[in-house]
Amino acid sequence: MFRTQYDSDVTTFSPQGRLHQIEYAMEAVKQGSTAIGLKSETHAIVVTLLRSSSDLSSYQQKIFKVDENIGIAIAGLTADARVLLKYMQNETLNHKYVFESPMSVEKLVSQIADKSQIHTQRYGKRPYGVGLLVIGHDKSGVHLFETSPSGNYFNYYAQAIGSRAQSAKTYLEKNFENFKKLSLDDLIFHGLTAIKESSSKEVLTKDNCSVGIVGVDTPFKFLEKDKLEKFLERVQPQDDLDDMDLNNDNQMNID
Amino acid sequence: MDPTKKTLQPYVTGSSVLAIKYNEGIIVAADTLGSYGSLARFTDLQRMSKVTNHTLIGGSGDISDLQQIQKTVESLILENTGFKKDEEPLTPKEIQQYISRVMYNRRSRFDPLWNHIIVAGYQNNESFLGAVDIFGTFYEDNTIASGFGAYFAQPLLRKGYKEDLTKDEAIDLIKTCLKVLFYRDARTINKFQIAEVSEGGITISDPFELETHWEIADWQEGHL
Repeated sequence: MFRTQYDSDVTTFSPQGRLHQIEYAMEAVKQGSTAIGLKSETHAIVVTLLRSSSDLSSYQQKIFKVDENIGIAIAGLTADARVLLKYMQNETLNHKYVFESPMSVEKLVSQIADKSQIHTQRYGKRPYGVGLLVIGHDKSGVHLFETSPSGNYFNYYAQAIGSRAQSAKTYLEKNFENFKKLSLDDLIFHGLTAIKESSSKEVLTKDNCSVGIVGVDTPFKFLEKDKLEKFLERVQPQDDLDDMDLNNDNQMNID
Repeated sequence: MDPTKKTLQPYVTGSSVLAIKYNEGIIVAADTLGSYGSLARFTDLQRMSKVTNHTLIGGSGDISDLQQIQKTVESLILENTGFKKDEEPLTPKEIQQYISRVMYNRRSRFDPLWNHIIVAGYQNNESFLGAVDIFGTFYEDNTIASGFGAYFAQPLLRKGYKEDLTKDEAIDLIKTCLKVLFYRDARTINKFQIAEVSEGGITISDPFELETHWEIADWQEGHL
């Protein structure tokens, strides 16, 4: 049941100086399906791999619009993410009302971090079990941030979270230096290629992946299904798919 | 239970604030008087203050309410600067909007802050001149005058304003208006400050006097 006697409560340190519950919460992020984010000088995008709870159900949405200039991709507990999403939508709306201007992305992200931190220190609370990739555009440029249940947040050129994020990260680390000057189309191409790295055997389709876009003069939007399909054809050439399908057939011969 | 108390009229008040855009920024001016009714109670108050490196606010009306607004805006600025590097400061427009929300909120509680606030800023090679009134109404213009100045100085400012007004021309025009107001507005003294808001930042001058002539006053009807 318990890994150690120090993990039944968020506020108690282990003798090694660690807070186990917080580490478990960060583990929940790693269990979620992959979400990646990357940016150029003019655009930031998030790409996610969607899961469905059964063959009969729809895919669980992982990208959400916060405001005209901000969007998020999530990995971890969707229910917790919805709480944070509602909070972010509220804050940006309030900022618009008070200042008549869109909210700065970092300001919003730091508020999320502060909110998460409270849940790591107060008795009777548990940390959020969700990590966010926040993309946005404001007067200081285009941004990509990651938030985590520990209350930390980081600024990135490109980042991947969720299960098998390491494969996508390896791809991004190899390529991020070229991202700066890329067009939106090329950025999406790299995004989908990176997510393919972490999708292992699964074939990407217009239904099981999703792309969110925001940029200078581009309010947050989702990449349309038909356009996504065209990109996927480039990312996974038909020949490769045929090979993969064969493999799949071998595995599926059970009926 | 005691009844709720509101400001029904202002106590210590400041008179007009004048402002005009010129080709490289904005000139703002006000006198240094705090009147207590018709008594010239405080003669060395500064009614303009720098709130960021790019933004200045000035105000007429109740001095204590003005001081409270200055404090609120200062703490807002403090909240928004600090640990984050390369963070963009609040723009003059955002500060005007914020003040507008504060003023509107107070008027909706039937307890208004008794001021007319002028916001002047220069950021990213653009000048901003706007104002917020006692009800939270906000507007922008090339020339703005609050208090009595809205009647005596605004027409003169509008007449003298042109697209490529130089700084010296703007200062001359403002000084003329200050003098007219000093002659006609009984809540004014001959001690003024002029603020310059431009690329180089914000400077508020030391108080100075203007040369006046009262010899012809005897011909003015109503003058003692």
